Amino acid sequence: MAQKTIAGKNVEVTDEGYLQDFNQWNEDIAKELAQEEGIELGDQHFEVLRFLREKHEEGANLTIRKVGKSGITDIKGFYSLFPGGPLKKASKIAGIPKPTSCV
Amino acid sequence: MENQEKNHNIDKVSIICAKGNLEDVYAALVLANGAVMDGKEAKLFFTFFGLDAVIKKRMNKLQTATVGNPALRMPNGARMPKLLGMIPGVQKMVSNMMKKQMDELDVPPVDEFLDMITAGGGEVYACQLAVDMFKVGQEDLTDHVSGILTVGEFYDKAAGENAQIIFT
Repeated sequence: MAQKTIAGKNVEVTDEGYLQDFNQWNEDIAKELAQEEGIELGDQHFEVLRFLREKHEEGANLTIRKVGKSGITDIKGFYSLFPGGPLKKASKIAGIPKPTSCV
Repeated sequence: MENQEKNHNIDKVSIICAKGNLEDVYAALVLANGAVMDGKEAKLFFTFFGLDAVIKKRMNKLQTATVGNPALRMPNGARMPKLLGMIPGVQKMVSNMMKKQMDELDVPPVDEFLDMITAGGGEVYACQLAVDMFKVGQEDLTDHVSGILTVGEFYDKAAGENAQIIFT
C-alpha cells in the first residue's frame, strides 16, 4: 500500500496503482489516472466507468462480457475505449479494485 | 515496463486445441481470451477433433465425456458411476449442466466466446490437414476463422519475441 497524490488529492493506492477506497474517487482523479494509461476520457468512457462503479457497489463480479451487455458499448468498443487490457485499465481508472475474474 | 532491456513478460500466446471435448475447447478459449484481456497477442489454432469448435453446426453443441472421465462427479460430489455415463442422454445432460454453470460465471457459449476473443484482436485459425481429413469446407467454418493454415504457416504466425505456444 502506498500514498499517492492524484489530481491534488492524497489517496491510498495498491502496489499496482488501484485505489484502496473507491469513495476517494472523483472525475479529476479518473482523468489523471487515464492520462497515465495514455487515455483521454470522453463521455462514453465515463459512462463505462460509472457502470463499473455501480456494478462493483452491487458486489457483482465484473467481466468484459458484462460491459459488452451493458448497452453502453459492445466488446469491440470497450477494447477501443481502453486499449490493451480494457477491464483492468477501466477498473483502475474507475477507482475500483483490480478485477479477479478470468473472463 | 520498468526494465525495458529485459522483458520477461509473455507478450504473445499461440494456443493449439486438438480435442473437441467441452473442457479442452474451453481451456483454449479461456487462455486466449485471458491473453487479449491483458493486452497480449493471441492466436488460436484448431486441429483434429478441436476443429468442432469452429464448425458452425457443432461449435455450440460440444460435450464433455461421461465415459472414461474418472474425475467426473455428481452434483453431490460423489463419483459418477461408470455405467450411468453410458446411458443415452446422460452425456448431453451433464454437458448442458456444465454449460449452465459456466454461463453463470459469465463464461459464454463457444460462438460468443469467439466473438469476444476476435473483438479484442485475437485471431482464429483452422488446421489444413484436419480440414482435409474431415472433409470440411470453408462454408462449414464459422466466420471467426481468418484462415486455414499448414503447420509451417502456423509457426510463422506463432513466431515473435516473448511468444509462447500452448497445447491444451
